[in-house]
Amino acid sequence: MDFKFTDETQLLQEMVREFTEKEIQPIAAEIDEEERFPEEMVAKMAELGFLGIPFPEEYGGSGMTNLDYVVAVEEISKACASTGVIVSAHTSLAAWPIYNYGTEEQKQKYLIPLATGEKLGAFGLTEPGAGTDAAGQETKAEDKGDYYLLNGSKIFITNGYYADIYIIFAMTDRELGNRGISAFILEKGMPGFSFGTKEKKMGIRASATYELIFEDVKVPKENLLGELNKGFGVAMATLDGGRLGIGAQALGIAEGAFNAALAYVKEREQFGRPLAKFQNTQFRLADMYSRIESSKLTLYRAVCLKDEGVPYSTEAAMAKLLCSETAREVTWQAVQLFGGYGYTREYPVERMMRDAKITEIYEGTSEVMKMVIWGHLNRVDSI
Amino acid sequence: MNILVCVKQVPDTTEIKIDPVKKTLIRTGVPSILNTYDAYALEQALQLKDKDPDNVKIVVASMGPQQAESILRDCLAVGAESAYLITDRKFGGSDTYATSYILSQSVAKIVEQEGSFDMIFCGKQAIDGDTAQVGPQLGEHLGLHQITYAINISLNEEKNKALITRELDEGKVVVEAQLPVLVTFTKTDDLRFASIKNKMKSKRAEIKEINYDDLAGIDDTKIGLNGSPTRVVKSFTPDVKTDGIIIREDNPDEAFEKFAAELEKVKLY
Repeated sequence: MDFKFTDETQLLQEMVREFTEKEIQPIAAEIDEEERFPEEMVAKMAELGFLGIPFPEEYGGSGMTNLDYVVAVEEISKACASTGVIVSAHTSLAAWPIYNYGTEEQKQKYLIPLATGEKLGAFGLTEPGAGTDAAGQETKAEDKGDYYLLNGSKIFITNGYYADIYIIFAMTDRELGNRGISAFILEKGMPGFSFGTKEKKMGIRASATYELIFEDVKVPKENLLGELNKGFGVAMATLDGGRLGIGAQALGIAEGAFNAALAYVKEREQFGRPLAKFQNTQFRLADMYSRIESSKLTLYRAVCLKDEGVPYSTEAAMAKLLCSETAREVTWQAVQLFGGYGYTREYPVERMMRDAKITEIYEGTSEVMKMVIWGHLNRVDSI
Repeated sequence: MNILVCVKQVPDTTEIKIDPVKKTLIRTGVPSILNTYDAYALEQALQLKDKDPDNVKIVVASMGPQQAESILRDCLAVGAESAYLITDRKFGGSDTYATSYILSQSVAKIVEQEGSFDMIFCGKQAIDGDTAQVGPQLGEHLGLHQITYAINISLNEEKNKALITRELDEGKVVVEAQLPVLVTFTKTDDLRFASIKNKMKSKRAEIKEINYDDLAGIDDTKIGLNGSPTRVVKSFTPDVKTDGIIIREDNPDEAFEKFAAELEKVKLY
């Protein structure tokens, strides 16, 4: 058991941290306030290889590990959770399924531009009537001989309008339920593919969350991702990886809030001494730090399992569950330590507290994480 | 077009704190970085390379201990082609004069490998010593013309002259210089970040070393502590000075009257 980063991971962490402090942090509050998708930042990150970290260089990636990717999302999210989820949804939910399930032609056509960051990706599974219950899909794809005809809609799609390449799930055989879902690669601009409303959200307000609408979209046969009717498996495996990204985002939010609180309590004086001199403050920070560190270990372990190529679904669920609860708890505590100032937008903890909540909801709610964990426990007699 | 950029590893002065009691620098835990002005010099070289990637080659060199390798790797990561570390125990304790002498001797050695240089870029000064002497001294040792405090450089079409904008207290001056030339740079454009791929590649890149033994004919009396004509006698935190005033009048009498009025304001006259 070795808890040390490799030199490469450490180097990557340092460079992402430097980029985040110099480029992302200065605009984080502004893009939240304006609910503005940071297109210019996405372009900068693309140039540096942040949008294809875990993919081989032959497919346009940076040739690093999943751990490196997760560390990058964590660092970015310390300053801006919106930018963190842009990278996470793009990498885990759009590029990864093509890398894992795509044909060589699909990888050449779609993975390379995604991994180089020339194009941005998104993932569409959720529908108004099909959230946690993915089998309730209304979107359908009919086999019309030389193409599939796609009709329906998706909601809450991260990177929505700003993406170029979409992984979309649709029913290809309704009678089979989960076993009748297939995955498709769609491109922005396909006739009949349009965008609905942009969601107004509590947090991650610089991330663009859209409704996608499909009206008689002709999807070429070669854009079927994975096997016909095996889309549910594609979605679940993709979300396992996505949960590592969201775990990292949540962890980053917690660390960002913790760092802000740590600095604040050392400076802010009440009753003639810094807040840090009060045992109440010290105990709170000790709890926050312990939560962060234990969540981090769980997350890193789950990612390392993925890098080793062994099953990691349960560990990913535990990591996301813990990291997102840590984000909620630590940001709440941070706001409390800041007092009235913490409730204002003058300090970042207000934004971080709003940003934290979504991590308990998207890419599988905390309840779904517990279902996944129970699914594992149901198969064993002891741990 | 060959450009040599001379760089130095320095403590990150933005991270340095002063011991409130002893009034000395707290050096422990202070990270080492590429001297900021050298980074600007490199950025200017990189911009020339951006414009003409096939014909511009950037070589970086640093004199310092073994750990200075890390800043050379930083330079390679953003686009320098090759890097030289000039290091030897015999060079330790060198002041600016000895340093610039050793650098000038090393340049001859680097030229053997890389071909002659059309331009040598330096930062205007290091953020630790703040002397602003090594660049100009190197120019003198090599017999090059030198342009200091530059913020921008471009080349003419024939690529034999450089157009350089200098930033001085009184304003900006644009000068033309025949190549080869040595230029020292002050704060210019924003610095670029290395991509992940290049950063990782630079970690594995070769750093060529130049030691005392490689420099045949070097004058031992001009290197190291013993070869240094200057000594640091004392370091202290200076009193804070307020901004000065420049009085400009065509008529000297009027200028003097204004000057006297200023002195009167502070009760010195």
